[in-house]
Amino acid sequence: MSENGSIMNGSNGSARRSFKLMIVDDSNIMRRRIERSQQFDELELIGTAGNGLEALELFRKADPDVVTMDLTMPQMDGIECISKLVELKPAIRILVISALADKATAVEAMEKGANGFLNKPFTDRQLNEAIADLIRE
Amino acid sequence: MLQEQELKTFVEGTTNYFEVAAQQPASIGSPYLSEGSPAVHDYTGVINISGKREGVVYFTAPRAMLTVLLMKMQENDFSHETMRDLVGEVANTISGNARRDFGRDFVISVPNVLAGEKPEIPMVPGSRSFVIPINWRSHSAKLIVSLK
Repeated sequence: MSENGSIMNGSNGSARRSFKLMIVDDSNIMRRRIERSQQFDELELIGTAGNGLEALELFRKADPDVVTMDLTMPQMDGIECISKLVELKPAIRILVISALADKATAVEAMEKGANGFLNKPFTDRQLNEAIADLIRE
Repeated sequence: MLQEQELKTFVEGTTNYFEVAAQQPASIGSPYLSEGSPAVHDYTGVINISGKREGVVYFTAPRAMLTVLLMKMQENDFSHETMRDLVGEVANTISGNARRDFGRDFVISVPNVLAGEKPEIPMVPGSRSFVIPINWRSHSAKLIVSLK
């Protein structure tokens, strides 16, 4: 397992990288929506979390490579969680998915270490484009 | 007094949710002024506003509308908790839009979700409420803006 995911063999025998995905959002609807809508074979969902504290616990157990992160959550918000995840694993890739649409929030998230920002609500296409940008950087 | 641009921001935040999440736009009915607390539907997402302005903004919808919205989102859980979750997400989007347009002069709370026909919604004394009907498919919800 490398810091940026692992190498797996595709159906045609070619090697391709796979990533462990963690979804963090306090909304059950949003967690299910992201899980259902993402269309990447190279992503393996290792679990979901409803707040930053749960996300850190899941991180310690399952070592995800890619994270979708809500910002407004109880107990520990997304900004604080991003800082902690980046500290624990600098190569982690984080896509913020938030209803907070102001530029200052996006800049703050990126400064803490997020790699992308997607506003809620979003279409399946927007979600998949944002994830593609994240894992194919 | 409520500014037209402020009202527009809240209305666009609401209609945008339907257009993007359900891929089917909502239309706006004729807004009207209401004294006191307007009647609400089964589920209500409330945003408290302070700072430059003071008051509440809430989105209230009947269970039937939320059920169809969930179906359009390919969701198959129609429990009470999921209804609360959805109305909170709509209110969250309205709140996010407002933060973008109004900046830090407006302090906008995390949405609070209430269920039932007579929830306790904190109103600002002396303020009047703008009620904007939100029509989607055969259903109707309300966006209520009460700012001082």
